[in-house]
Amino acid sequence: MTSFDAIVVGGGHNGIVAATLLAKAGRRVALLEARPELGGPARTEEFAPGFRVSVAHILNRLHPEVVKALDLEANGLVLDASDMPSVALSADGEPLILTGAYGEGLSGASASEAQAWSELRAQLIRYAGILKPMLARRPPDLSGMTFGETSALGMIGLSLRRLGKEDMRDFLRMFLMNVADVSDDCLTDDRLKGLLAFDAVMGSHLGPRSPTSLLGLYYRLAGEIGGKAGAQITPSGGMGAVITAMASAARKAGVQVRTDALVARINVQDARVTGVALGSGEELTAPIVLAATNPFAALMELTGPRNFDTGFVRKVTNIRMKGSVAKLHLALDGLPGFKGVAEQDLRGRLVFAPSTNHVERAFNPSKYGGFSPEPVMEIVLPSISDTSLAPAGGCVLSANIMFAPYALKEGWEKGKPKFLKAVMAQLERVAPGIGKQVRHAELLTPPDIEQRYRMPGGHWHHGELQADQMLMSRPVAGWSGYDTPVDGLYLGGAGSHPGGGISGVPGLNAARRVLARKG
Amino acid sequence: MVAVAKTKSRTKLAEQAHFRTLRLPSPFQPRLEALAAQQDWYDWAGYKAPHALWDDELEYFAIRSQAALFDISPMVKYRIEGPDAEAFLNRVTLRNVTKLKPGRVHYTAWCDDEGYVLDDGTLFRFSADRFRLCCQERHLPWLLDSAIGYEVSVVEETQEVAGLALQGPTSFAVLRDAGFKGVEKLKIFDLAEFPHEKGSVTISRTGFTGDLGYELFVPVKQALSLWDRLIEGGKLHGIRPMGYTALNRARIEAGLIVANADFVTGDSAIRTDRLRMPDEIGLGFMIDPAKGHFNGRRAILDARQNKTLKHVLVGLEIEGNIPAEHAIVYHRGKREVGLVSAAIWSPTAKRNIAIASLQRPYGDTVVDDLWVEIYAMRELQYHKLMKRAKVVPRPFIKLDRRTANPPGER
Amino acid sequence: MKNWDVIVIGGGHNGLVNACYLQRSGLDVLVLEQKDWVGGAATSRSLTPGFVYSNCSYVCSLFRPEIMRDLELPRFGLQVIPYEGGAVFTQDGDYLANYRDHHAHRREFARFSPRDAEAYERYACDVTRQCRFIQPLLMRTAPDPTSFKPRDIGELIYLGRKFSDMSAEEMALTMRFWTMSISDFLDEYFETDVIKANFALSGIIGTALGPMSPGTAYVLLHHYMGEVDGSVGAWGYARGGMGAVTQALAASFQASGGTIRTGAQVEQVLVKNGHAQGVVLAGGEEVLGKLTVSNADVKRTFLKLVEPKELPDIFLRRVKNFKIRGSSGKVNIALGSMPEFPALPDDSPCYRGDLHFTDSVERMERAYDDWKEGRWSADPFIDMVIPTTLDPTMASPGKHFMSCFVQYAPPKVGGREWTDADRDGFAESVISQIADYSPGFRERIVHMEVRTPREIEAETGLTEGNIFQGELTFDQLLFNRPVPGYAQYRSPVGGLYMCGSSTHPGGGVMGAPGRNAAVEILRDLKRGANHVSAAHDVI
Repeated sequence: MTSFDAIVVGGGHNGIVAATLLAKAGRRVALLEARPELGGPARTEEFAPGFRVSVAHILNRLHPEVVKALDLEANGLVLDASDMPSVALSADGEPLILTGAYGEGLSGASASEAQAWSELRAQLIRYAGILKPMLARRPPDLSGMTFGETSALGMIGLSLRRLGKEDMRDFLRMFLMNVADVSDDCLTDDRLKGLLAFDAVMGSHLGPRSPTSLLGLYYRLAGEIGGKAGAQITPSGGMGAVITAMASAARKAGVQVRTDALVARINVQDARVTGVALGSGEELTAPIVLAATNPFAALMELTGPRNFDTGFVRKVTNIRMKGSVAKLHLALDGLPGFKGVAEQDLRGRLVFAPSTNHVERAFNPSKYGGFSPEPVMEIVLPSISDTSLAPAGGCVLSANIMFAPYALKEGWEKGKPKFLKAVMAQLERVAPGIGKQVRHAELLTPPDIEQRYRMPGGHWHHGELQADQMLMSRPVAGWSGYDTPVDGLYLGGAGSHPGGGISGVPGLNAARRVLARKG
Repeated sequence: MVAVAKTKSRTKLAEQAHFRTLRLPSPFQPRLEALAAQQDWYDWAGYKAPHALWDDELEYFAIRSQAALFDISPMVKYRIEGPDAEAFLNRVTLRNVTKLKPGRVHYTAWCDDEGYVLDDGTLFRFSADRFRLCCQERHLPWLLDSAIGYEVSVVEETQEVAGLALQGPTSFAVLRDAGFKGVEKLKIFDLAEFPHEKGSVTISRTGFTGDLGYELFVPVKQALSLWDRLIEGGKLHGIRPMGYTALNRARIEAGLIVANADFVTGDSAIRTDRLRMPDEIGLGFMIDPAKGHFNGRRAILDARQNKTLKHVLVGLEIEGNIPAEHAIVYHRGKREVGLVSAAIWSPTAKRNIAIASLQRPYGDTVVDDLWVEIYAMRELQYHKLMKRAKVVPRPFIKLDRRTANPPGER
Repeated sequence: MKNWDVIVIGGGHNGLVNACYLQRSGLDVLVLEQKDWVGGAATSRSLTPGFVYSNCSYVCSLFRPEIMRDLELPRFGLQVIPYEGGAVFTQDGDYLANYRDHHAHRREFARFSPRDAEAYERYACDVTRQCRFIQPLLMRTAPDPTSFKPRDIGELIYLGRKFSDMSAEEMALTMRFWTMSISDFLDEYFETDVIKANFALSGIIGTALGPMSPGTAYVLLHHYMGEVDGSVGAWGYARGGMGAVTQALAASFQASGGTIRTGAQVEQVLVKNGHAQGVVLAGGEEVLGKLTVSNADVKRTFLKLVEPKELPDIFLRRVKNFKIRGSSGKVNIALGSMPEFPALPDDSPCYRGDLHFTDSVERMERAYDDWKEGRWSADPFIDMVIPTTLDPTMASPGKHFMSCFVQYAPPKVGGREWTDADRDGFAESVISQIADYSPGFRERIVHMEVRTPREIEAETGLTEGNIFQGELTFDQLLFNRPVPGYAQYRSPVGGLYMCGSSTHPGGGVMGAPGRNAAVEILRDLKRGANHVSAAHDVI
């Protein structure tokens, strides 16, 4: 069969969600994935003999509506794993541990700091809660809002009012602040401030002192797992289990899943999409093509600028999507020891970002195409909860490292060994002896991620998630509602509202948009 | 500390000197200066250009009765070349460029994504993959961004190419006597290369007057010799160099519009309600929905389908003989419905004519009972006149000699 | 003992503007100034014989024309001379000039990039659109979005309507403009480093942010507000130095019957039963007033002059959290002769405008990185002008006054206070940068006044020497300026008002905060404000 009601390009989690939703609505859907397996950066791959890992290593924002719409739990996903703690590592002292959902409990800090944190946490979660509905819906259309959009905005206004006068004032004041000022105003513990700084800027080209950086924290806290805001887990069976469950839902819904099916071109005739051409030369036709890929790839590379107006091309080429995060995978011959971290906390998320200034200093060189000798990182040992990831006795370390500029001035070929050395030196500070445990190391720079996952810029949000590239401006102003100027062509990847992370919302919203338009 | 290197290049240094000459001299400046008895200059895109040289009325009559020579060098020119040049221009501009054969010229316009006109201009096709676009405003960033995905080069060449418009009933005779053999073969909107000195001159049968006429382009080095050659050839044909005032009259008679006079170009409109779609300034004829994708297509076709066009550009004939320049247009003498952007008493048509922009449906479906409010300044006092205006087709004058083949000699 | 109608604490330009308006409405107003001269940060002083300095602020553009007219400043001696050009020197010995003539401006850009030369048109148009949106807000009191008062709701509707009047494209651009960094914004228009640097500088002047920080595109607007839709309002010099602005204000004030007391340092605002009664001066003298208006910044006013017990906790917390960051310094130089800049032709009009040495956004941002580390910039950004090229009144013939505004200078050096040695090191970074481009520069120096944040704070009372009395980030604009709930010039203390640049719309020698505060005071007093012109229409 080469003719479908809809073709979904890209078998990352958003693509699977979108395809499943369309199929459930009775559409004949093809889901096309270039690689042999589904999952995109969430798929699990072998990086050293017997050692497997996925680039996305934590689940903290899989949207409940996605879980429900795909019936993921019936498809084998178990989400009741207990929360992972966040461990703020310290180079020379004791670590600080945030337990429960994003620090419901705090151990290792003074009582007054714990109190201050509990107040700030409550405030941040309250404010993130206001933004949450915005992040779940299609952004309002500036050229004329529908009744539904207006009333949804009204509801947000109402929830804002319900905060009470002073809280509303602080909400409006803090909305676009930087994370450094907010934590300096409220907290004193450098480890805690460093952790917040790291979490706020993770994945973006911002330092903690850059205005608007607090939005990153709001984005994180607007996510939830099991109804708990800010919670994070590695699901039993690892991230692979999420993709397996999604794929199972897709197949059950009747999606025709085709792997090893590289899309070479999205076909357009008379400003209307007609289907896709595969790398093999095969042509598939459909009146709807939903690209759950990076927007630049979908629009400029697959569809081509000639099918769009110049202003639109300008906007798409102006999307800032140069990644700042490198991914480190280590195959270790045993469980590493982290200074001051108890073994049961090793299943948590270990963050080495000892202070706000440390994060800021790690950021500084990346503005000029360099990296800091002291990068900051988030470390996870996924083989603890999913023993299948490593051979017996072995251990997998997966880390997000910042800041690794996409366009390194000296070039990554020369720079990569130097960067790896800097990263290992930092690891050695917090986990003495770890260097000797390494059997194999894989470092993925943004250009590596770009190549491996077909993500221009190697940016895990498929475009900077900064204030000017959010909501109505995502992926570009005027086209934030998942449609494009080419009729029948839709975007449903992380480059669309609300952005990246394993949430499934862009795919969900895009599919809903398709269904709403075609009636 | 940053050390200051001493490596500035000589050419860059020489270019610094431009600040001493705010208005660039045209390549024809020595000739213009010699004739400019009035010394009445204006700023045309940064060039020093004459309103009139000696007498604008005589200059106008040269257009209609003899031959007039007008310096068009300040027009902005882009050289567009490459295997994808045709596809590129078809995407950028409104008209179907595949229908423009090598050796032909057409008048076209281009729009932004919202379908608002960025500018109008003439497109010259020299060969399959070589074009020149002439226009009023500057668009290099737009053209370069439009070139993403095309194998095409876009180079601004305003300062390198000199241009002259030779217009009027004897203009063909001037060219023939100046020795341009074969120029009689040029039909309206044809272009061809003719030898001049060691190089060549591009002559097209085009113009901005609605009369028989030609436009000539040469590298600036040959500008003066071309001028002299034309003057020599025109000796017995009443050739007369002219300024913009005369040309402006002729173009209004011909019903032609001028960017940023009769409409505001997209990139310079600060107020969004000033933006205009092609259908709103009489350029709807350029739109070819069948030619495939082009900039603004979606918005333009949507506006047509949803009937959301707000304005219309019309020709008006106004009673009396007082020009209605910048007059407000009323319906039933009361309701303000638009504005006159250009108006003259036409010496050739002997009619009081105007170009006006009206708010639909006025000028579109409602065309009766229109009035203009003219303020005529006479000896330090305004005479306020309410005059009837009638929507009439443009051009206001139609001269068979403009298109006659072979071209007439007088 | 006399009980004044109004006491204004601080004789800076906003205090004087406020006092002028109130005096002209028939109130009996006293201005108290700690120094022996008025002017605050808009002063002209002679520190060495034969030279007059514009000690702090040095150029004039933002001052609202409505205020100049209402207070008859031209009549009281204010003369403004516009810049004739400006330039950024490049490291290869060339420069990029800004010419007043439109076409010369384009041709100059074309020397560097034909594309950028033509991109300028669209850039200027987009920026002008944004200015047109914001400019009318300068002279309006910001609404309180949490309030249900008809006036606040009316103002919110006004804002909403202004926003919804825009096309969808414009709205989107507006939202992006308010949140983007000036560097990212310029990247969307231009390709040439020096051209980007030339515009980016307006995005950082006066702020503790670098050109790559989100929000700096808005700061650029703040500096462009003087010039909307091509109307006259370009940057210029006040003849006689910036003191001429405040001298004209003082003269206008006194001509309408107002009283100025210099050398009167306010130590405390007297508060009884939650209402301000007047002030206590250094030395213990009490001066009574029915109303008190503070021109000092919000931190100085409420953390130093008012006792904490008079203020609600939440207000105090927010005042403490208000960000006033020292980020700039000033070097004023008396020159025995006109400096040479071999890169610039002798007859260039750029000498009579602003000159810069930072030819890339990266250099600007690196200068900011130094600030973040608590160091003055090794390669500072300097906004340099030589007013005496146009104003012979500031130096004797042949001699010149040069003003260098310098970024960045931290409020503290590596966490400690500035020392004299630090100050000299800071000055040296400036002089050596200039000398790199101007041979023999050091030898021309007759006298120098070096002002780090320490000196600026000590003289003008501006916290950390911040020229805007508070950062111009979103969390401190409009209804958040200076603090939420008190963005309408009133304070938690009855009869105590604010009129400094800490309040909406912020800093620069603009006068709008002083005027707007006067309007609110007159409203509270139920007095007419017919003598206060409404903002000019932006059509």
